[in-house]
Amino acid sequence: MQPGVIASPKTGRELVDEYFIENRTRLLEIAAFLDRLDRTDDNLADRDFRVRAFRESLDILTSEPGQADRGKTRVERIQLLMSDPTTEPLEKLDTKSARGAYDRWQLGVAR
Amino acid sequence: MRYIDMHAHMVSRTTDDYVQMALTGCEAVTEPAFWAGWDRSTADGFEDYFRQLTDFEPKRAAVYGIRHYAWICLNPKEGEDRALAREVLGRIPKYLESPTVLGIGEIGLNRVTRNEIATFRDHVEIALEHDQLIHIHTPHLEDKHKGTKAIIDALRSYSRIDPARVMIDHAEEHTLPMILDNGFWTGLTLYPQTKTSPERAVDMFERFGTDRIIVASACDWGPSLPDAVPHFALTMRRRGHDADLIDQVIYRNPVAFLSQSPKFQLGKPRGDAASAATLPSSESDAKRGAGAAAA
Repeated sequence: MQPGVIASPKTGRELVDEYFIENRTRLLEIAAFLDRLDRTDDNLADRDFRVRAFRESLDILTSEPGQADRGKTRVERIQLLMSDPTTEPLEKLDTKSARGAYDRWQLGVAR
Repeated sequence: MRYIDMHAHMVSRTTDDYVQMALTGCEAVTEPAFWAGWDRSTADGFEDYFRQLTDFEPKRAAVYGIRHYAWICLNPKEGEDRALAREVLGRIPKYLESPTVLGIGEIGLNRVTRNEIATFRDHVEIALEHDQLIHIHTPHLEDKHKGTKAIIDALRSYSRIDPARVMIDHAEEHTLPMILDNGFWTGLTLYPQTKTSPERAVDMFERFGTDRIIVASACDWGPSLPDAVPHFALTMRRRGHDADLIDQVIYRNPVAFLSQSPKFQLGKPRGDAASAATLPSSESDAKRGAGAAAA
């Protein structure tokens, strides 16, 4: 458990009572998204870095953090998994907009 | 309920949005200069935008009892063109004299290129030269962590910067600690999909406290809510937080940061800005008004 600076006014049981249904809905939306991808192409995670990042993020939801991630929340671990880990600036602008995940596997985008 | 939306791109919003904000307790908005969704081709294009921010928009807000303030810059998404940036930078100082301009912003980085960093540093130097508050955009999505760190590293290279006069915006869970640890103010952006939900924003207040953190809508031309701040207040209430804590976050915190500029005032908008009669009532009036202002 990671206590916050400002204590939650609600107990754990109260948070579940209040928010279980809407988060159950979010969970099913993610499951449905993955099922939808499977119906069209069941090996996208091997060929598209965004899908790979998404699937690896799902593992974070239920796994304990490794030594390097000790103390980080699930949200932070997913954010860092999706982040550009490099530190040098780009020599010039490559694209105007971010794509949501960094292609750390050099997979590119599925054709 | 009362609140200040510290980051709202009202040039992209309808007058109905001002009405909605007024109805939900908005007393003031501050509007950083930003990317229009397409690149401007000339410095004159930027200057027209700066006049819209400093002349027309305060009048439009005042009709609904909302004070409107602006931040001036060439935004990070257009910072790669160094020649254009230099030309625009030369035109910025005169707008800093406007009674409703609070400082330089939203400067920052987009894809974290060498040219973007150079343009960012040019803006910082103008802010220091003119003793201005600074409002900073951090990159989106996978670029946010790297870009926020690069911004902090650049700011720390200036011995004259007072971090208490700098707001580093669009923080998320993985960037908020490094911003606060270096003494800066930060903002949580209540923007669907690419930034932070009200629920996660409440989580961050519970984890990190309320010191030097502000929430804002960043409503603009994309999917966004002009009343995101009152939605956030509702989320805080639903989570069981009391009215005083909510007021601290959505009103007293932005007042504390913004009041570092002597121009920032609350209460009835200034008389000249509040006069509905100064608003153009037709397209031809608007064109005449623009011509007069440029003269």
